Amino acid sequence: MNKFSWYEAKSIEDALQQVNSTVSEELYQHTNKATVFKSGGIDVFDWVKEGLLQPQKIINIRNIPGLDKINFDSKKGLRIGSNVTLAELASNAEIKENYLALHQAVNHAATPQLRNISTLGGNIAQRNRCWYFRSTDHDCFRKGGDRCFARHSENGENENHAIIDNGSCVSVHASSISTALMAFNANVVIINSEGEKKTVSMDDFFVTASKDLAMENILQAKEIITEISIPAPAKNTKSAYIKQVARESYDWSLGDVAVVAEVSGNNTCRSASIVLGAAAPVPYRSKEAQQAMEDKTINSENATAASKAAMKIARPLTKNGYKVPLFEATIKQAILEIS
Amino acid sequence: MDTRKDKFPHGIPGHNLSEIEREIPIEEPPAWPINKELKVIGKRVSRIDAHDKVTGKAKFTSDMKLPGMLYAKMLRSNVPHAEITGIDISKAKSLPGVHAIHLIENAPKEGEENKGSKYPMVKYAGQPLGGVAAESLEIAKDAIKLIEVNYQIKPFVIDMEKAMEIGAPIVFDVPIEQQADGGDVGEVHDGSKGKGNVRGPSTSSFFGGPRGDLAKGFEEAEVVVENTYRTQVHTHMPLETHGVVVDWKTDVMTVYASTQNTANVRNEMASIFNLPKSKVRVVCEYMGGGFGAKHSAGSYGPMAANLAKKTGRPVWLMLDRKEEHIAEGNRPSSIQYLKIGAKKDGTLTGIQQRSHGTAGVGLGAGVGRIAQVLYPCPNFATEQYDVLTNAGPGAAWRAPGNVQGAFGLEQAIDELAEKLNKDPLEYRDLIDKSEVRKVERQRGAALFNWSRRQPAGSGKGVVRKGLGVGQSTWPRFVTLDSSVEIKIHNDGGVEVRSSVQDIGTGTKTILAQVVAEEMGLQVKDIKVNIGDTFFPVGPGSGGSVVTGSITPPTRNATFEAKKELLKLVAKKWETDSSELFIKDGKVGHKNDAKLNMAFKEATKLMRTSQISKTASRSDDYGGFQQPWGLAFGDLGSVQFAEVSVNTDTGFVKVDKIVAAHSCGRPLNTGQLESQINGGVIQGVSYALYENRVIDKATGHMVNANVDQYKVPFSMEIPEIETLIVEEYSARSSTDAYGIGEPANIATAAAIANAVYNAIGVRIYEIPITPSSILKALKKVS
Repeated sequence: MNKFSWYEAKSIEDALQQVNSTVSEELYQHTNKATVFKSGGIDVFDWVKEGLLQPQKIINIRNIPGLDKINFDSKKGLRIGSNVTLAELASNAEIKENYLALHQAVNHAATPQLRNISTLGGNIAQRNRCWYFRSTDHDCFRKGGDRCFARHSENGENENHAIIDNGSCVSVHASSISTALMAFNANVVIINSEGEKKTVSMDDFFVTASKDLAMENILQAKEIITEISIPAPAKNTKSAYIKQVARESYDWSLGDVAVVAEVSGNNTCRSASIVLGAAAPVPYRSKEAQQAMEDKTINSENATAASKAAMKIARPLTKNGYKVPLFEATIKQAILEIS
Repeated sequence: MDTRKDKFPHGIPGHNLSEIEREIPIEEPPAWPINKELKVIGKRVSRIDAHDKVTGKAKFTSDMKLPGMLYAKMLRSNVPHAEITGIDISKAKSLPGVHAIHLIENAPKEGEENKGSKYPMVKYAGQPLGGVAAESLEIAKDAIKLIEVNYQIKPFVIDMEKAMEIGAPIVFDVPIEQQADGGDVGEVHDGSKGKGNVRGPSTSSFFGGPRGDLAKGFEEAEVVVENTYRTQVHTHMPLETHGVVVDWKTDVMTVYASTQNTANVRNEMASIFNLPKSKVRVVCEYMGGGFGAKHSAGSYGPMAANLAKKTGRPVWLMLDRKEEHIAEGNRPSSIQYLKIGAKKDGTLTGIQQRSHGTAGVGLGAGVGRIAQVLYPCPNFATEQYDVLTNAGPGAAWRAPGNVQGAFGLEQAIDELAEKLNKDPLEYRDLIDKSEVRKVERQRGAALFNWSRRQPAGSGKGVVRKGLGVGQSTWPRFVTLDSSVEIKIHNDGGVEVRSSVQDIGTGTKTILAQVVAEEMGLQVKDIKVNIGDTFFPVGPGSGGSVVTGSITPPTRNATFEAKKELLKLVAKKWETDSSELFIKDGKVGHKNDAKLNMAFKEATKLMRTSQISKTASRSDDYGGFQQPWGLAFGDLGSVQFAEVSVNTDTGFVKVDKIVAAHSCGRPLNTGQLESQINGGVIQGVSYALYENRVIDKATGHMVNANVDQYKVPFSMEIPEIETLIVEEYSARSSTDAYGIGEPANIATAAAIANAVYNAIGVRIYEIPITPSSILKALKKVS
């Protein structure tokens, strides 16, 4: 096993002074000199155990004070510290009441044991689960290699992979919680080593594979997520989240959908936010489905039309054609759940 | 041989129970009555090691820690087909903490392709090449990374159908031999027959070869079903991986092994290292699962021993999960063509089967005997081909071949029933001659409420329910080389000794039950010391042989020891020992209630500190079908499945399984249920989830873990109801048989039939996934 040193960060400043790389950068460049962050550690140690990540130093940001709070204000909205565990989110009554889809997404993520350890910051920053990316035997795009094994038309084992935006790397993002966060128009608060704070919408936080193969989000080495915030829900907001998995007990999404909408008294959808997980290399906002539902009555016919509109741009690979009807059914069901 | 006649219970209680007279060897104990009249046998007795297992006190092979022990890691190829031109171990050797490196070298045989090459040819990615022993597992792993292997890469093939094509890369260009630990039992796989990567066919089993005239059979047929069924490669996934700890002292090599066959591991190690069997001791006290893949010492056993020899220290070598998936066996895939003909009245006229399967670099990818024997049919032929590919070898896997075979056959029988306009159960009543399966169908159908079944595809709504059934047969195998020693100590202790191991099914407990029943004691009074080759040789835990092989000699040896003890009491009481009995821990006299003595007091009459009796498995009463131990009768089962299929998303959920089984005289109902549950869960998993995925371009398995290689967890496990049919056949002193393999055979077929019933479209391939359902429903091209 490769040896690394361990540093217990005492503050955000302390952590940012120590760090010199991101896990993504290191997975792409293999310097073996990286100093990287670890929060819950679930994803980072997976990479270390597989022998794909050999950091020189790991900075434990898990115990930095002040990052473990959940605050809800009916006017200002929800603020979740980056070190809040998924278990804490899952049991939070205000989230369940005001952000139902998020509550549902968190409760369907991983297992109870993993939720006790995983933090929200780590969850949204984790890397994808493509079995080629996670394999020491396959030097793929994401690890600085020259090909995408999954996309290969004859040999690619791509049943779990992307049906949208799958022109380069065809992996799908692993965080199904992000699907719900994006649907709630969440923002990610990031601080850099200069002490500058920026607030980035979830839509801008993720980086598509066609833009940059080395990373799945905008985080730079000298940056840290401190908080995820969600605006206060507009009056009459309803939400729903559905995740399709091979195994109910514990599994990665084969297709998940979050719908957040303002629903007026006569069951009309005023504005809809519809996001698809495990459809594209990053959580995918379906503008087509949103548009199709705007000012429409929430009924089976309109929900079907919206789901078909969402899937118009789908371009399945050799083995994942099933995801198109799967998403159509799931989008429709999620829309109908908010009626 | 002196014999006597005795009357035994015969048949199925509640159905056709009667008595039968058998002529048996004179020294055999008297017939036991049916279970209802026994005290310990047939009862729900808790596992004697349950407490130690759940509290973690039980020490498994990987828990072994010996003074001075080193940790070893295997070196494995990272290419699927190559000649090794050199291996440089210099860097690894100089790593602090490394004590020895052992490389597997070639023992060239006549005609072998790389004759003269120092190292064996690499035939699959993950093939063992050597090993390192170091002071810690971490150091051993680091050392492995420092070993440089130079390969001359050769073309390879992973996909079975590609491997069958003319011009495909050739895996072996020489005849190959069947592995002892191969993927099939009872079929003869001849690696010298055939062309290219396609070897065989195997056309016969111990049940014989082709029957009748197939052409004539199909001529007579008025209804024909003809289809091709496909099954995937399924790895064993025992929670405890393969491995050993070898402690090689001057006079004895002790091998602590995770094995389902201590005796076989001993024999292999003795043979490889040219030691007398008496100087090799294999010990397996607790087992974390094997499912057929742990009969052999593997390559890790000799590797650990070689490293122990080089270092003079004990060596620990357990595989990790990835190695387990890649290199230590699997259930081979199959593509099965099946044609069945019948007359309009349902009479079968012909069954033709042709299969191709791949056990990677090994043989043994057949589809078993189930099409040959489950339903009598005058005209039958099978051709079972092995296709070689550059992937890890197969190994026996819970009812080898027959699970694949049942998936095809039991779906075809359902299709035939539908064409004949018959209910699947009624049709089986017509063509299945087994009395026990008839009872299982009746009782199972009542428990499952089969009568609610609707015509296929008639359900409405998005989620459709379906009911299906599948049947199986498994031979009653007996391992004749099964011996046990019973000791009565002079402090009242009673001990059972045998090399037979408890694979996890509860062998220890049933042996204690048999002794307790015969000796008139309680289970807690019996100490079971098994899983040690310094004791009399017992059977391997495979083929469901253990119960049928080891419980009769256990009872017989107990009976002999008891007689010896009673003689001492008879002498003291000045009576005949045949008048004495032991009941509830007391010796008594049939005709004189005043005479009694506690068992413990009786043992004090012994001159020596123990009475020791060893018995071996005698032949079945009335003999065998085949003298090597193929007993009469079979282990029949009928399983019923209820599923829900979501026609929008394609997900299949198994809601319920009713599993009706027979195993002769049931010894411990709780343990039987537990084994059936396990077999059903593995069957659900085979039908819906598990699938070895190897990238065809690189030859590497991409889901060699428990994250992407999907086994069911709690929410995927259906409600399982078991139904055990007592069936007395008066064949041995216990009349008991195993249940391990039967529990797993019919499940996937029953689920596939239920899926058909739900959606009205048949799925011919497992695992059944959302993709296959949505394709069948034409919702995706």
